[in-house]
Amino acid sequence: MPSTEAYLMLSATLFAIGLVGVVVRRNMITVLMCVELMLNAVNINLVAFSHRLASLEGQIFAIFVIAIAAGEAAVGLAIIIQLYRAKSSINVDEARTLNG
Amino acid sequence: MTWSDTVFLLPEIILTLGASALLFVPLIGERGAGRSAKWWTLVILGITAASVIVSSNAVVGMTQTATFAAMFALDSFAIFFKLLFLFAIAMVVLMSEDFLRESRYSPWEYYSLLAFALCGMMFMVSGVHLISIYVGLELMSLSSYILAGYYKNEQKSTEAAMKYFILGAVSSAILLYGISLIYGVCGSLNLADIDRAMSTMITNDALMVGIMLLGAGLCFKIAAVPFHVWTPDVYEGAPTPITAFLSTASKAAAFSIFARIFYSGLHHFQLDWSSVLATVSALSMIVGNLAAITQNNLKRMLAYSSIAHAGYALLGIISLNAMGIRGVLLYTLVYVLANLGIWAVILMLRRHEYAGEQVDDFDGLYRRAPFWAFAMVVFLLSLGGIPPTAGFIGKYFLFAAAVQSGFGWLAIIAVLMSAVSMFYYLRIVVAMYLKEGAAAEVSASGSLRFVAAVCLAATLFLGVLPRPLIDQVTYSSRRLLVRALQADGGR
Repeated sequence: MPSTEAYLMLSATLFAIGLVGVVVRRNMITVLMCVELMLNAVNINLVAFSHRLASLEGQIFAIFVIAIAAGEAAVGLAIIIQLYRAKSSINVDEARTLNG
Repeated sequence: MTWSDTVFLLPEIILTLGASALLFVPLIGERGAGRSAKWWTLVILGITAASVIVSSNAVVGMTQTATFAAMFALDSFAIFFKLLFLFAIAMVVLMSEDFLRESRYSPWEYYSLLAFALCGMMFMVSGVHLISIYVGLELMSLSSYILAGYYKNEQKSTEAAMKYFILGAVSSAILLYGISLIYGVCGSLNLADIDRAMSTMITNDALMVGIMLLGAGLCFKIAAVPFHVWTPDVYEGAPTPITAFLSTASKAAAFSIFARIFYSGLHHFQLDWSSVLATVSALSMIVGNLAAITQNNLKRMLAYSSIAHAGYALLGIISLNAMGIRGVLLYTLVYVLANLGIWAVILMLRRHEYAGEQVDDFDGLYRRAPFWAFAMVVFLLSLGGIPPTAGFIGKYFLFAAAVQSGFGWLAIIAVLMSAVSMFYYLRIVVAMYLKEGAAAEVSASGSLRFVAAVCLAATLFLGVLPRPLIDQVTYSSRRLLVRALQADGGR
């Protein structure tokens, strides 16, 4: 069984990959996947801490996070489909009607 | 936990059932244009408000206020905000009628999503456990993403939904990562247990990173600099009633949870986080107000103004004293009132697609609708914090709180930036009173008149006679403050 620190390192790496991906990648689907990566990094953290602290709360929270991530993906994909219908593209850069 | 504990959850249960019922009405063959949808929604909100009162009275005698594995509390703080959210959502429902008729989208789903968002807010403000807070927050956010994109055939609206969704999802992930670190260090997700664990702890890096990430996620939700980039775009692209919802109810909910977490969970490390949040607050006030000056689109101007207001409200959280928490509650209320009123007046002008959104659309409004022009002036003065409007009371408490807790420099920035904000608020007043023009016509429906009149009356009344509200706020913030003061030696 690897130590908690190893899991924390893994989780931090995944989180960083996800965050960089959101910033760098232009495809909406990839961005959505990167967000999921960040959420799963959190889950690893929660479960690792839960194991170390011998408290169940972290695992319960991880299940909640998984469930909500599914809902989030559903909403996100719906928005992506709508964007594709409007622009025939799911490139984040194409969406610049609003000058932000 | 027994069956009698469900009385704590009564308003949320009723609201969830009501929101689901709204969703199913079109399925059982509702053939009309959904004209009755508004009234059904208002009835559900009314019953929910009544049940908030009923359950709060039922809870008074109980020794403990938190139930369901200490996840859900019905304290006076939560009740204050629940009623505020109900009021704001009812006003948004009244404002949405014209938009829904013109856009020809199903009103049932729209109202159902608003009700679910409200349910999330009410759940969140009662949450004293990070799981229930997170679940409530996400329910609110997911509903808001959909509502921001409700103008399906309008590219701007879809784009707003996309930007809101991406940044919202990332900020949730950041918030969660912060929560997971706090859990790892403190060994619990319950705010009271976190508080206890922190009282015997010295500063350590993991905890600081956790608090900062949690704070960053929350700063996104209240749209504070540097997490504000989504605000102008989303406010501009979303349908105007939804912009009204995002800038009032949704923001009030984020303030409430910010206050709850930092006052009752993290106050032991105030010295560590207050300086960072003070920088965020100062930046929000400066960037928000300066950027608002250059905007010609009213929705963007109000978006930057709301960023600045997030900075003011943060003063109350940073100062962590009796004045500060009362300031947050007061300010949230007066901000919601003034903003709802402004959006109602804007919607009166909104007839042809996106009209009523440029500052020019207000040219000569005084000649066409003198009363609503006057109402607009009152709302703008309230946002600027000029007496005798309610905004002055809110700002007074926040600025005094900052001075009391040694953030005098921040109070000075806040006062200066309030003066700057009057510059762009008065631009609208000048357009209404001194310019000629009839670009947008005024056609105020009964519900819009009602919303604007209620907000006007409340803004003036609370500005002239603030005493009952201040007493109420003192009572509502009491429990939250007990912990913070114990730790601080009663400063």
